[in-house]
Amino acid sequence: MKLPPFEYAAPATLKEAVALLASHGGEAKPLAGGQSLMPMMAFRIAQPSLLVDLRKLPDLKSIAIDKDGVRLGAMVRWRDIQDDKRLAQAHPLLQAAIAHVAHYQIRNRGTVGGSVCHADPAAEMPGIALTCDAEMTVMGKGGQRVIKAADFFLGALTTALQPDEILIEVKLPAWPAGRRFGFQEFARRRGDFAMAGIAVFYDPDAGGTASNAHVGVIGVGEKQRRLGKAEAAINGSTLDEAAIAKASAAASAEVEPQDDIHASAAYRRALTGTLLERALKSAAG
Amino acid sequence: MTTKFEVNGKQVEVDVEPRLTLADCLRQNLRLTGTHIGCEHGVCGACTVLVNGDAVRSCLMLAVQADGAKVVTVEGLSNDADLTPLQKSFRKHHALQCGFCTPGFITTAHALLTEEPDCDADRVREVLSGNICRCTGYISIVEAVLDARSAYKKDGAR
Amino acid sequence: MKNTFIGAPMERREDLRFLRGKGTYVDDLAPEGLLYAVILRSSVAHGRIRSIDASAALKIEGVHSVITARDMPDGPPIIPMRLQPLPEFKPFEQPVIAHDKVRYVGEPLAVVLASSVAIGEDTLEHIAVEIDDLPAFSEWQVAAQNKSLLFEQAGTNRSLTFYSRKGDADAAFAKAPYARKEKLNTGRHYGLTMEPRGVMAEWDAGKGRLTISGAAKVPFFNRRILAKQIGLPESAIEMIENDVGGGYGARGEFYPEDFLIPFAARHVNRPVKWIEDRRENLMAMNHARETEAHIEIACERDGTIIGLRGDVHTDMGAYMRTNGAVGARNVVQFMGGPYRVPHVKLDSHLWMSNKTPVGTYRGPGRFESSFYIERLLDMVAGDLGIDRIEMRRRNLVTAAEQPYPIASVQPTDAHDQYDSGEYSEAMNRALKEFNWAEKSKFAGKLIDGKYHGLGIACFVEGGAAGPKESARLEVNGDGTITVFMGSSAVGQGVETVFAQIAADALEIPMDRIRHVYHGSTTTVSDGYGAYHSRSIVMGGSALLDATEKFQAAIREAGAKKLGCRPDEVKIGEDTVSGGGKSFPLAELAGLTAEGAFLNKKHTYSYGTHIAHVTVDAKLGQVQILDYVVVQDVGRAINPLTLRGQIIGSLVQGLGGAMLEHLQYDEQGQFLTGSLADYLLPTATDFPNLRCFVTDDYPSPINPLGAKGAGEGGIVAAGGVMANAVANALSSFGAQPRRLPLSPSYIWELVQAGSRQAAE
Repeated sequence: MKLPPFEYAAPATLKEAVALLASHGGEAKPLAGGQSLMPMMAFRIAQPSLLVDLRKLPDLKSIAIDKDGVRLGAMVRWRDIQDDKRLAQAHPLLQAAIAHVAHYQIRNRGTVGGSVCHADPAAEMPGIALTCDAEMTVMGKGGQRVIKAADFFLGALTTALQPDEILIEVKLPAWPAGRRFGFQEFARRRGDFAMAGIAVFYDPDAGGTASNAHVGVIGVGEKQRRLGKAEAAINGSTLDEAAIAKASAAASAEVEPQDDIHASAAYRRALTGTLLERALKSAAG
Repeated sequence: MTTKFEVNGKQVEVDVEPRLTLADCLRQNLRLTGTHIGCEHGVCGACTVLVNGDAVRSCLMLAVQADGAKVVTVEGLSNDADLTPLQKSFRKHHALQCGFCTPGFITTAHALLTEEPDCDADRVREVLSGNICRCTGYISIVEAVLDARSAYKKDGAR
Repeated sequence: MKNTFIGAPMERREDLRFLRGKGTYVDDLAPEGLLYAVILRSSVAHGRIRSIDASAALKIEGVHSVITARDMPDGPPIIPMRLQPLPEFKPFEQPVIAHDKVRYVGEPLAVVLASSVAIGEDTLEHIAVEIDDLPAFSEWQVAAQNKSLLFEQAGTNRSLTFYSRKGDADAAFAKAPYARKEKLNTGRHYGLTMEPRGVMAEWDAGKGRLTISGAAKVPFFNRRILAKQIGLPESAIEMIENDVGGGYGARGEFYPEDFLIPFAARHVNRPVKWIEDRRENLMAMNHARETEAHIEIACERDGTIIGLRGDVHTDMGAYMRTNGAVGARNVVQFMGGPYRVPHVKLDSHLWMSNKTPVGTYRGPGRFESSFYIERLLDMVAGDLGIDRIEMRRRNLVTAAEQPYPIASVQPTDAHDQYDSGEYSEAMNRALKEFNWAEKSKFAGKLIDGKYHGLGIACFVEGGAAGPKESARLEVNGDGTITVFMGSSAVGQGVETVFAQIAADALEIPMDRIRHVYHGSTTTVSDGYGAYHSRSIVMGGSALLDATEKFQAAIREAGAKKLGCRPDEVKIGEDTVSGGGKSFPLAELAGLTAEGAFLNKKHTYSYGTHIAHVTVDAKLGQVQILDYVVVQDVGRAINPLTLRGQIIGSLVQGLGGAMLEHLQYDEQGQFLTGSLADYLLPTATDFPNLRCFVTDDYPSPINPLGAKGAGEGGIVAAGGVMANAVANALSSFGAQPRRLPLSPSYIWELVQAGSRQAAE
């Protein structure tokens, strides 16, 4: 399972990187942590003609936190997120989700940008980006543009990124102090891709009535997605037993799972509801 | 492409195809065959080495990406005179049988204990879940790593 | 004979190199002029080969040659059966490379020899293969229709039926007051080794000699096969056993590559190395365990077993390979497990399908049959209102009944009997260590959202396959001693345990045993290998015989030098004395003696597994809170490595019970071709496992009293987990009937139970 042949460059500037990508007519790929791309190349599912290694690019490795939210450089690694004590306040949902990503060694190299651009339907980071209305800043030949998460993820392993564009930053909107959240996923083994995962948050008012509910699901169906009907069931409720049951039933009804080698569609449908129920209970608790 | 990096404290320079993984480079070009290849798709952990102190899967990294880095393999965590405390603990607890996955467990456990000498059994299991052993059933490996913690607590030395 | 080292938890000698990364596995070898072999494998599950055109591939820089069946003038040789070599299997044996048909995804079509593995892999897509598709199938039920035939000349997809018989089952069933019939399945999984397989062959054209590195398990047998196939005398072939990264029954059998690589090396007169990659390993190494049982048990009202009858269907995959029939035989021979079963009538049908061929995996047939009998016992106990423990106690074989004869199997004319043991003692010990009395309060209870369940299963483990093993000792120039063993090392620690046995037999310190060499044809004249948990019993007993002869030879030689009678000679650590004089043992450098152990009987270690699990009924998630194994091994040589064998094989068993599953679609396309799809246990999956070893009942069939003990951990794992889950979910009436117990399957059982309750 040796890698197919390719050219390799590790440019020092974004501009060079973009130019290199453009020069290979869609056959070049950026290389971030390589923890998804390298296995695909080992199986020869991906055979890029050029890898543009982003490791030397400046300014992609920082986590910036201010009143507008959390800005994750594309080369921020999973362990950087786990180790950043500020995030416990600034974005606890992100940390809760990233705790489920892969294994120790992978977390030392796997990156936010790599995961978002790989867009695996079962991966945590794309799910969080979508659930949290993240904005992706990308750089192409024509300069920078910002793509909303809702427009970014197009399907399994498919994004709105152009072949000559590089994701440079993922911005998660600010996390208000009173926000409630939950993250639940279930995988066959620790670190495996989720059979289903749920990220949820909402903003309760003084009386505990929820608004601004966001529910995202991963690992079920063709892509990570928001569950609008479940969100509607949460908004305006006080998250009592009945409301939680209603929301999780809505979530189960809303997903479009398929049978695969790990689980039946019916199981994944039920699991989605169970995980939302548990996520909401942990959010309320 | 020419790439230069440090392996087990020694500067090396190799001329490699870009597609050569760090694992293959270590084994073939540098003849450091203690790093084993068990899956080549980033699941089994047998190829774990330390790059700038971090445990990484060397099958998911290109040799050319190691340019300028400090790489440590199982050979670099060993000496001929005596087993290290971590190795002694593995031996005492019979934390290896066929030995194929062992270098990956040694490098991973070393990285963990260096950073977190106070880790508990759950943390050890969580970290080691990225390495597959088919012989031992893991019980003895977890015992060995826990038992080796004391050696990492003072002045960070092995 | 002293007892200093035998029975002591000796740290292993092997560890000193393994822990430093200094083991030498076959892929660590790279002689000058090496070519790398990469194998083109069929992506078609069943089809007729029209052509294989490598002309474009040969133009690629770095490609030396491409070998196909056409390069073998007499046609590709056939790989014979090593065990149960019945004439009935002949039509179903595998050619070393596909030539007329392909029968499974992964079957070798061509061998590329290139200057690197990467170039070899680049080349695969440039070999033009035309195959006309034939109807493919992946289920025994379809095979049984015999519409599409894998082997047209055989006229059937059934290669054999084994008949397991004892007493008169039909008559006994006719009179039985109670019977229950069940359909139960075990899933396809295999003895995946962390080191993938590998073969390196070097051809010395001048001397006409082949040297093969990467040999494992049964080097001497494989040399016999290869010599015949390749047309060389056995003496012209050396098989080198390097460090081997795991065996488990699967590694070291004769596979197609074991011919193809030596053939290639001679064909091109260059050293050739092939290292299996993980994707290949998943589809090329022997699969195992996929069986379906339609089985009926008859009992008295008090739970006493009267008999077992029915049919077991095994999916053999596309070919009958070397040891492929063992599991299918064992599953019906050992269906009774450790229990007294007076009447048996079980037929085991071997069905060919368009899947990877099967071979043995640790505890072959026993893991499957244990799942069957243990599930049945719990169901029967429930039906008859008998406590599960009492049900087992009533039926476990007693010491007074030993040697206890089990069912015989035709057409192999296999008769067997258990050797020794009071099986209920192991169960009692397990109940005590587990604290069953206390924990049974949790059974079936819902606590903090999880259902608690207990499961129990008792087992026997066969070991010590004959016919023979050999050992030799030699005095070194420095007065130390070297041991040469016919046994093979597959990671189990034979260098240490044989040094223990030799040191105690010679009554000298262990470090006087300088080396223990094993396996390679260069170090011993004969050997039978590592399978069927045979190394300690067979090798160890041969070693005892060799040390007796070795001591006699030293006395003989010493008597001459010392001028006394041989019986007056005393052998010390490093000196030989007698008649008031002495001389250093080193002066006898080169003195050697060989011994052997011949045996037709088997040892049967036995024991009990008990598990306490929780089941999250909504997730279908099972967690083990406590798991106890008690195994009586006759005599424990090294408790440290023995514990490693038990816990290690237990986790493999739990893998097969809970996680590991080789899956195909209905057309024989392979669906689990990566370690992200084929789920092996990891360190977080099964944390709470304990084992206790007893040696209360030595085996009467060998001088050590030891019993094979490398497989007991795996045998009962499926049955105990299924029983524990059934117990936890008893309020849903859930009865797991197949393995693995995936979350999805457990959830379905809960749903079915909930639906029934609602109706």
